[in-house]
Amino acid sequence: MLSVTGLSKSFPGARALDGVDLAVRPAEVHALVGENGAGKSTLIKVLTGVYRPDEGEIVLEGRPVRFATPLEAQRAGISTIYQEVNLVPLMSVARNLFLGREPRGRLGLIDFRRMHQAADEALRALGLRVDVRRPLRSLGVGAQQMVALARAVAADARVVVMDEPTSSLEPREVRTLFEVIRTLKERGIAVIYVSHRLDELYEICDTVTVLRDGRRVHTGSLAELDRLRLVSLMLGREMGEVRGKGRAEFTGAHRTSGEPVLEAIDLTVRHSLRGVSLRLRPGEVVGLGGLLGSGRSETARAVAGALPADSGRVLVAGVPVRTGSTPAAIRAGISLLPEDRKAEGIVPGLSVRENIALAALPGLSRFGLVDDARIDRVVDTFVKRLRIKASSPHQRVGELSGGNQQKVLLARWLAMRPRVLLLDEPTRGIDVGAKAEVRGLIDELADEGLGVLLISSDMEELIGGSDRVVVLRDGAVVAELTGAEVTEERLLRAIAAQEGGGPDD
Amino acid sequence: METGKPGSSGSSGSSGSSGKGVPAPMAEERLGASRAERLSALAQRHGALVTLILVALAASIGFDTFATGDNLANMAVSSAFLAVVALGMTFVVITGGIDLSVGSLFALGGVLAAWGSRYGTAVALLLPLAVCGVIGLVNGVLIARARLAPFIVTLAAMLLARGVLLSVTDEGSTTYLVDETSFFARLGQDTLLGIGVPVWITGALFVMGAVALRRSRFGQYVYAVGGNEDAAALMGAPVARTKIAVYTLSGLCAGLAGALNAAWLVSGVTILGAGLELEAISAVVIGGTLLTGGYGFISGSLVGVLLLKVIQNVINQIGSLDSAYQQVVSGAFLAVVVIAQTWLGRRRRML
Repeated sequence: MLSVTGLSKSFPGARALDGVDLAVRPAEVHALVGENGAGKSTLIKVLTGVYRPDEGEIVLEGRPVRFATPLEAQRAGISTIYQEVNLVPLMSVARNLFLGREPRGRLGLIDFRRMHQAADEALRALGLRVDVRRPLRSLGVGAQQMVALARAVAADARVVVMDEPTSSLEPREVRTLFEVIRTLKERGIAVIYVSHRLDELYEICDTVTVLRDGRRVHTGSLAELDRLRLVSLMLGREMGEVRGKGRAEFTGAHRTSGEPVLEAIDLTVRHSLRGVSLRLRPGEVVGLGGLLGSGRSETARAVAGALPADSGRVLVAGVPVRTGSTPAAIRAGISLLPEDRKAEGIVPGLSVRENIALAALPGLSRFGLVDDARIDRVVDTFVKRLRIKASSPHQRVGELSGGNQQKVLLARWLAMRPRVLLLDEPTRGIDVGAKAEVRGLIDELADEGLGVLLISSDMEELIGGSDRVVVLRDGAVVAELTGAEVTEERLLRAIAAQEGGGPDD
Repeated sequence: METGKPGSSGSSGSSGSSGKGVPAPMAEERLGASRAERLSALAQRHGALVTLILVALAASIGFDTFATGDNLANMAVSSAFLAVVALGMTFVVITGGIDLSVGSLFALGGVLAAWGSRYGTAVALLLPLAVCGVIGLVNGVLIARARLAPFIVTLAAMLLARGVLLSVTDEGSTTYLVDETSFFARLGQDTLLGIGVPVWITGALFVMGAVALRRSRFGQYVYAVGGNEDAAALMGAPVARTKIAVYTLSGLCAGLAGALNAAWLVSGVTILGAGLELEAISAVVIGGTLLTGGYGFISGSLVGVLLLKVIQNVINQIGSLDSAYQQVVSGAFLAVVVIAQTWLGRRRRML
């Protein structure tokens, strides 16, 4: 039905797709999986006409095709449902459903009677009963996603691409979606299904293609691929290679003592976290393991107040902290080093000194006036301590290397004298030498009695650096590895384990 | 315009399209909008109309001279030109854009029409349409293809058109006159059933505009582009073409309005049109169209124009008031409308 050969696409500074092949047959549900940066999104965008490939060929029903716009892809029979609902909220449900292919009557004018009736029927077929004349935004997110689905399948689609369609759906809406997918299969339509939820993949998909770092690493029947192997392929860790590798060969082993400095109890956030509980003792590094989309960053953000929690409590040294408020969390001593340091962290135009002092400023000023001497002392201490390589404290942070930028950020939070440090991917995108240094720093900080929560997609780093690893899947804690259990193999098994049961082989 | 028939009858889900496996209906979404939501929507939609009626009633009670045939006919004709400009502007604003060039294009259109009228009515009408349409088209291309900000592009066009106008008229010193006996002049001067021809033309254009916006596919694209441009592109809407079309349309409307105005005045007056773009934008916004795009309607813009003109007329009637106060009142009114719109919009989002 649809086949892709040797597809490549580069962006400035990155090769997003490198000679990827993909073949989808009629009436097949084809899973497309991979971790962050594997190239799934790019591949989908090429297939749906958003990006144009640098190299490679797309063949649809025997004919080579090249899409310049999403419209061309849709006309050719490739429909897409995006993760975020991509419709027009101010327009009515029916208008959204039929935009660009409205039924027209005399004089080429839109026949609203027919359109509303057809929209109503299309949505009823998906089990959704709404007034199709209402603006789309008055519907819930799940219902909006169903409208997007109705739009995708109503066109004469031959291939339907679904990019994490369930991420904002309720369980019963997911059931409806799966029934729709089965109906599509019966009609001979091919579905490309992208999701991080293994249970969903195994329930609905026939075939799987695994991407990693822009390359295809595996294609085959999903039923013949056990979960452990699938996770290994996604993470790029072969079982034979990881067996036996444990934390023994890393520093680890901090003196952990006393009462927990951080306790998170039953944190729940709609669509991302389901009752996550964590304990962090002073001097302890706890790793958060799991696949992309399992709720690791969300956990850190909920603890730090950056993501409003629907329910659950956060306690620092036994004292409750108001959730959903970053200032409250910072006052309580929780610091979060965010995942995307460019967007959420550093201010590249400001100097090293200013970047470090930014968050601590209120504490460093007297009567609203900034005390320069004190700032200099603080900045000086951290530049030395974290070995930040800058020509002077007045150098612009944007000119520093990624590793040093990360250290500046770390210094900013340490200047607040936190008791709990949440690190989300602290070593992503920095060079090997700097990585080792940052890891060393994390160890030192823990030794000084800080409670550290570490999130890392780098398995070696996670296993090597953590005293304990809490494993998340679909927003819930599924396992906790302690002591000798902290090995890559155990982690892979925990991630791959089936819902409710233990490891499956 | 969409008719709000309650309940779509005859759609009992009996279509055999999906055959078996029709999933059980999930949690039934509330059918129909809530009362508060409907009220907010109604206020947003018809607030200007209600105000217009109240102001007009008050004016006809307060001033004997307001509700006279002559005064109304004058107001209608003088509203017509602004209304045509506002018609094009409505399309632009619904796509989330803005067109500052219409005031200059209006003046340029008038001068070109007056100059062209000596070669016949066809030239008098087609020349301004062609020139202003092309300028609008260029605006659209720069905004949609080169992705420049509409504010800057149309500001440049405004200066450029004003410059062309000055060069055509020797720095504004030459005023081209229209032969009063020509068919073109009668387009502006004559009346039909006691109502000026420009008013009839304007009415016809508004009906066409409303149909195009509500009932044509192009209209749907206009709303979609303004409502969520990225989504519209992903849904396959021709975003760039839609934008180019609305700016071209706005240019055409401004040119036509200028030409009709020249026919009415039987001359191409060069000093007209300054600030007209802001008046048109005010009228569109007062009429309920969101300046952020994605929501609005043609009839509202007409109401907005009439409201501005009625306020102007009322202030003129109060002899003791300086006509400068008209701008104060219009400005205050606009501020109130924008505040009310924002408030209603927020309210509806929360519901």
